[in-house]
Amino acid sequence: MPVEIKNLTHIYSQGSPFEFQALDDINITIEDGSFIGIIGHTGSGKSTLIQHLNGLLNPTSGTVIVDGMDIFAQKKSELIQLRHRIGLVFQYPEHQLFEETVHKDVAFGPKNQGLTEEEVDDRVRNSIKMVGLDYDEVKDKSPFELSGGQMRRVAIAGVLAMEPSVLILDEPTAGLDPRGRDEILAQIKTMHQKNKNTVILVSHSMEDIGKLVEKILVMNEGKIVYFDTPNRVFTEIETLEKIGLAVPEVTYLMRRLKKKYPEIREDIFTVEAAKNEILRVIRG
Amino acid sequence: MTMETEKKMIEVQNVRFVYPHNNEEENVIALDGVDFHINKGEFVGIIGHNGSGKSTLAKLFNAIIFPTQGDVWVNGFNTKDQEHLWDIRQTAGMVFQNPDNQLVATIVEDDVAFGPENLGVPPLEIRTRVDQALAIVEMQAYAHQKPHQLSGGQKQRIAIAGILAMEPECIIFDEPTAMLDPSGRREVMTTIRKLNQDKNMTVIHITHYMSEIIGADRIIVLDKGKIVMEGTPETIFKNVQALKKIGLDVPPMTELAYELRNEGINIRDNILSIDEMVEALCQ
Amino acid sequence: MLKDVTIGQFYPTGSIIHKLDPRTKILLTTAFVVILFFINNLWGYLAAFLLLGVIILMSKIPVGYILRGIKGLVLIILLTVILNLFMTPGAVIASFGPVNITLEGVKIAVFMALRLIFLVIGTSIMTLTTAPIDLTDGMEWCMKFIPFVRRFAHELAMMMSIALRFIPTLMEETDRIMKAQKARGANFETGNIISRAKNLIPILVPLFISAFRRADELATAMEARCYRGGENRTRMKQLIFARRDVVAFVVMFLMIAGFLATTIINIPLLFPL
Repeated sequence: MPVEIKNLTHIYSQGSPFEFQALDDINITIEDGSFIGIIGHTGSGKSTLIQHLNGLLNPTSGTVIVDGMDIFAQKKSELIQLRHRIGLVFQYPEHQLFEETVHKDVAFGPKNQGLTEEEVDDRVRNSIKMVGLDYDEVKDKSPFELSGGQMRRVAIAGVLAMEPSVLILDEPTAGLDPRGRDEILAQIKTMHQKNKNTVILVSHSMEDIGKLVEKILVMNEGKIVYFDTPNRVFTEIETLEKIGLAVPEVTYLMRRLKKKYPEIREDIFTVEAAKNEILRVIRG
Repeated sequence: MTMETEKKMIEVQNVRFVYPHNNEEENVIALDGVDFHINKGEFVGIIGHNGSGKSTLAKLFNAIIFPTQGDVWVNGFNTKDQEHLWDIRQTAGMVFQNPDNQLVATIVEDDVAFGPENLGVPPLEIRTRVDQALAIVEMQAYAHQKPHQLSGGQKQRIAIAGILAMEPECIIFDEPTAMLDPSGRREVMTTIRKLNQDKNMTVIHITHYMSEIIGADRIIVLDKGKIVMEGTPETIFKNVQALKKIGLDVPPMTELAYELRNEGINIRDNILSIDEMVEALCQ
Repeated sequence: MLKDVTIGQFYPTGSIIHKLDPRTKILLTTAFVVILFFINNLWGYLAAFLLLGVIILMSKIPVGYILRGIKGLVLIILLTVILNLFMTPGAVIASFGPVNITLEGVKIAVFMALRLIFLVIGTSIMTLTTAPIDLTDGMEWCMKFIPFVRRFAHELAMMMSIALRFIPTLMEETDRIMKAQKARGANFETGNIISRAKNLIPILVPLFISAFRRADELATAMEARCYRGGENRTRMKQLIFARRDVVAFVVMFLMIAGFLATTIINIPLLFPL
């Protein structure tokens, strides 16, 4: 399900003294089955952009075309149908949990889709497993007696259970400890490889994004700065710094090492890759 | 009071803390036999995964909770001593994780004034303290703004100013950067370092971001309610395997040094920064 | 609907009315409201009208903005007018089947409508020209003079001020939760009243949980900042009566004197009584 964003502009409180242009003529196409990272400092328009992708916000002008369908030209009921196929996991999604049991909460989405009870059960079971929790152990627990990291997973499972073709995650690891962060990112990666769905990951962490995605969308002041592979984006250190972003430490290191080893590659952003590249140039 | 205790800002003596549960078998032991002290003027980082007991420890410092066993001393006062409760809270200020849930007033400068107002400081002096505190965190321009209009990093700086206005000797930061974006994190860390270096404030910084405590005087690593490591950043971070095993990160340069050493490259194992790495590789 | 309610909103223009001490404004508004309920002739209403007119002009708030406040209350005003119009016994001037309109009915209906409109305008001016937090401080001071309430003056004011601080935060939170549930296929727009009410559960439960968590964390943070109630507490900002407040009080006394004059002397106008 390709997602095409066309001339998308969004202005908050237009005509009031608080008028704020959050998106300025955005044009991109997200290919079916791709893994995209969106990066940009707070207020760059990331959140506004992703809320247009499933019609939670209406554009001031421009549109989003999903699977050949202009989502803002649809009737309310069709828009709701469409939302079933574009899953959006908000920041701190555990704050949306409300049911008495984990099972019921995860079932909320699929039930809204009008699935049969068996289908719902299947989906719930699968998605809870997918986020790395033991279904039988947690299904009857109240979501509120779980740890912070577990609540986060249950909330993500609640969106996964809708089996969206496009999954958008807004900073899914915010506030987690390093282990919780690594586990959730690993699960997202596994799920993407298995289901071949489109994944859009919004993150502040260049390290995380660099490890996972195929293409990075860099945003600043409502505009697209780059939409390219990590290798290309991370070598633009000056521009990234100018818009308040930083590249992973190892990328800075490679640049520094260039003085001594002119043949060293600069498009490196993981410790693993840095190790291999350093070994290559040192050992010759 | 001996010379020894005068140097100590905080002393934790064999502390055990249990969160009681209706069913006694399910009691949660958050801290078990924790024993250490923090000297005046020190910058100490405390790390550990969620549930390792870090936040419990922070609350003990501020007399919000009290040890089940053992004692916590703040500036020579036992936190169990109700008589000195307000002295303790004034001496050891605390900044929390969620920037939204610690600002009380609807206007920035009123919020900074909240602490000194509670202490009964005369109005004119509060004014001076508020202005000074806002200057230290570089937020004077926002004195008349509403907190909800500020960014996360700015809100945390206001929270810090609110503590500074109480004129503490020590500030405990309980994951103050966890909910911030990278630029907010930078702002807050710059402020914290400034307080320690320029104002000689004792800083206890609890965090998940290892880069924030590379420059600390000392790091304490907690796991399952116990101190598992304690020492300078150089001596702590080189234990790459051990830290990863308890679910923690190491700074990327330390990890790279560790990986390169495993491949037989002869460099130091206690590299923390890019500078050190460049130096090691370019000799 | 909600945006039409101007009571409780603050409209800063920096006028002299805005600069008045909140206590002055609270006392004056209270006096005005009390008098309003005793005015029994058109002279009085005319005077009240002129007074409001002058104050509105001085406040530099657009008249239209203030009148919007009445729009939200149009139903209540209409209901009062209709009830009074038909339910008051007296000299019949017109009848529609079983119901009669009396001269007294017309008079009371008009007075009631004016009373309500002036009441809304008067209190709106107070809230529009006073920042909520100043209003809270002013009320805290005023409450100290009311027996029984006195003991809770600080606590009530603190509660109000915290509510003011967290309203925007909770509004944002509501919006976010609503969007998150919509993204999970929740439907808030269609269905009958019962199903719509049921659909609110996924919003209300998280909202309550979040509010409680915030309250808990805030309480801890307040304690950590040495909060222990109103005792021995000082305030950075002291309320100080200025010359303009004295002038305002003089106006208030003239207002009361004038009112007494019109009710006692009772100059006849359209409705002699």
